Amino acid sequence: MIPEIGHFALAVALMLALVGAIVPHVGIARSDARLMGLADRVIYGQFLMALIAFGALTYAYVISDFSVLNVAANSHTAKPMLYKISGVWGNHEGSLMLWVLTLTLFASAVAWRGKELPLRFRSRVLAVQSALIVGFLIFILFTSNPFLRLDPVPVEGNGLNPLLQDPGLAFHPPMLYLGYVGLSIAFSFAVAALIEGEVTPLWARWVRPWTLSAWMLLTGGLVLGSWWAYYELGWGGWWFWDPVENAAFMPWLIASALLHSSIVVEKRDALKSWTILLAIIAFSFSLFGTFMVRSGVITSVHSFANDPERGLYILGFLAVVVGGSLSLYAWRAPKLSPSGLFGMVSRESALVLNNILLSTFAAVVLVGTLYPMMLEATGGAQITVGPPFFEFAAIVLMSPLIVALGFGPLLAWKRGRIGRAGQMLIPALIVALVAFLAVAWDSAGGLLMTGFGLGLALWLIVSVFLELFERLQLFKKPAKVLSRMKALPRATWGMSFAHLGIGVILLGITVSEAWTTEKLLIMAPGEQAEVAGFSFRLHGVEPVAGPNYTAIRGHFTVAEDGQVFNQLFPEDRVYTDQVMNTTEAAIAPIWTGDLYAVIGESAGEGKWSVRLYFKPFISFLWLGATFMIVGGIFSLTDRRKRIGAPKGKRNKSAAGAA
Amino acid sequence: MNGFGRFIPLLIVVVLVGVFLSVMMSDRNPKEIKSVMIGKPVPTFEIPNLFDGQSALTDARLRSGKPVIVNFFASWCLPCRAEHENLVTLASGYTVDVIGIAYKDDPEASRDFLDELGNPYAAAGVDRDGRLAIDWGVSGVPETFLIDGEGVIRYRHWGPIVGDSLRVQLLPQLEELQ
Repeated sequence: MIPEIGHFALAVALMLALVGAIVPHVGIARSDARLMGLADRVIYGQFLMALIAFGALTYAYVISDFSVLNVAANSHTAKPMLYKISGVWGNHEGSLMLWVLTLTLFASAVAWRGKELPLRFRSRVLAVQSALIVGFLIFILFTSNPFLRLDPVPVEGNGLNPLLQDPGLAFHPPMLYLGYVGLSIAFSFAVAALIEGEVTPLWARWVRPWTLSAWMLLTGGLVLGSWWAYYELGWGGWWFWDPVENAAFMPWLIASALLHSSIVVEKRDALKSWTILLAIIAFSFSLFGTFMVRSGVITSVHSFANDPERGLYILGFLAVVVGGSLSLYAWRAPKLSPSGLFGMVSRESALVLNNILLSTFAAVVLVGTLYPMMLEATGGAQITVGPPFFEFAAIVLMSPLIVALGFGPLLAWKRGRIGRAGQMLIPALIVALVAFLAVAWDSAGGLLMTGFGLGLALWLIVSVFLELFERLQLFKKPAKVLSRMKALPRATWGMSFAHLGIGVILLGITVSEAWTTEKLLIMAPGEQAEVAGFSFRLHGVEPVAGPNYTAIRGHFTVAEDGQVFNQLFPEDRVYTDQVMNTTEAAIAPIWTGDLYAVIGESAGEGKWSVRLYFKPFISFLWLGATFMIVGGIFSLTDRRKRIGAPKGKRNKSAAGAA
Repeated sequence: MNGFGRFIPLLIVVVLVGVFLSVMMSDRNPKEIKSVMIGKPVPTFEIPNLFDGQSALTDARLRSGKPVIVNFFASWCLPCRAEHENLVTLASGYTVDVIGIAYKDDPEASRDFLDELGNPYAAAGVDRDGRLAIDWGVSGVPETFLIDGEGVIRYRHWGPIVGDSLRVQLLPQLEELQ
């Protein structure tokens, strides 16, 4: 009965969404405030229905109702409760349900908090959002119904893919989805603005918190994914330039660009047409990612089971949404006349540079991701585009960005003097140069790139601090620093934190790439191996049993100068409900880096193949990303942005609820 | 972005959608890796016969003047089990020899596998350590090759021959050769 209620709720939601997508436009055409106002209520109704449907599906998972095909195919009674619940969105149908739930949730937030927006504009935004919801609901109801029944009812479910049974992965997809959906709000605002033919600073003030929340969620989602890869895949890598990783990275890049360009719209009433375009592209990339994992055009560890019918539907939806909005853009963009002018050297120009570099990088990633498929489709050879290509592009495009990032915040709006900004940054330049030379000197040749990376990272970190000191007038009026610290807007703190985070990540990447020590060995219990000055001793290997897996577990102790200070227990698991082998690396973070041990197959005669690593500074990756998210939270809670804007608190509770 | 520039994003999207559509319509399997062996002579080899007391299997067996089919299989491979019925159909219903090569498999287990499901192979060899499969560019089992009478590889079927792939893909290639 409960699944039928869920199914029915979806159908009602579709009806409401159709009304919500059409009626407000009619209201605007007739200048009928009553019809326009309907948009709010219809959105609340859609949210309620989506919540009921999602609740019904979750309930079916919690009680392991295997009469529902989706539950039988993806769940198992022996699974821990956390993974029963995360199993709801760990499959194609359920993840779409989560999409719809968050689409309606965010739209409701706009309806609820958006009273300051002109009624006409708000109902346009909600109508566009409803149209997106219609697309997703049709997709669910006609090709991917999660409430299909199964007869006869199986006694046991098929189980969730063991790789997904992990706390990191339980929350990695929903965070990304929340980020994608957050960008849908920016998209709806952009389309509404194009229809109305007007972009105002108020528009940017509205779009920014949404872009910021989406950006934070995307950052969190990407980091969770790469953290998971780091400890689960068992060889210490954390980013692979896999097509689907790229598909999540591109919206992040564009969202970062949008975040910066909307500042220019808000403060200076310039870059309007470009910002609108970015808002459209950011959401288009989100849809594109959804398309990639479900259509079967590309192989990836992330692919869902492929179904051509679904792939074609999403492609059609993508063509309508992206094609439609870009046609609208081509038609209406000339109306968005630029007004705020700015000089070559100004904060605006620095932000334009930021935008050009980020967008170019996104374009390069797109080309690299699609090139193999394009080449094969046109009858060419089969190739793969690997990390070297993307890494080269990252170095070439992101280095100038980081150099500019040091200057940017010091430049004045409208007209800045690069000379003065440069003068203040001389200390940063010196520190960077020293670090660079030190490394280049010490290890002639091979480590040139390491020196360069370190130089850039330190340049950025030091210049963030110098900029902050300048604002606080630390050296000019030290006595007043505390009161100035309080007076500094939270958005400024947020910016400093986020930029600092990038520096910290870069530092982590550079150091861990350059100085990781790795050993592949065959070890017998009692033997000892030296890795980067630490001695790893294998004490023994024993079988262990988990709730739905069996494993062998190695026991290592790690000693430095003869003093044992840490223990590691890597596992090699075999899951039973879907037979699959997973490695659980044992990782012990210490001050200078991570001790990392993996146990593999038996090599016979009581010996085991093991991999031991020392990865210096790798935690800086997660630390830096945390800084970026904390910076986002600071900026989001800035008092000046609260006018009619959704607060950070509510966005967080949205993430928790899903 | 007032002039032609404003149409560029739209044009890019139209082109991309077109490419995706053609890729999806072409029922290409992105997991499939194209064989570089097509049009090349089979590598020379000599491997033990699966059945004790019979002479070793060599590449000479593939240069008999008539087309032959070479099928890499293993008893531990589930898709091989799935395609087996089609191999039996192929061997009994069409005048072509199917040569089996047991890939990384215990010969005892391979023989049990054939006892259980029937033996479609005119001859079968043992590639215990998978070295021969490397020479042939095999990416996994099952994989099936069509060899012409002169010992040149003409077609490679990646993955199991199931569904209509025997009728639609392999047989037309074979008939062309015959």
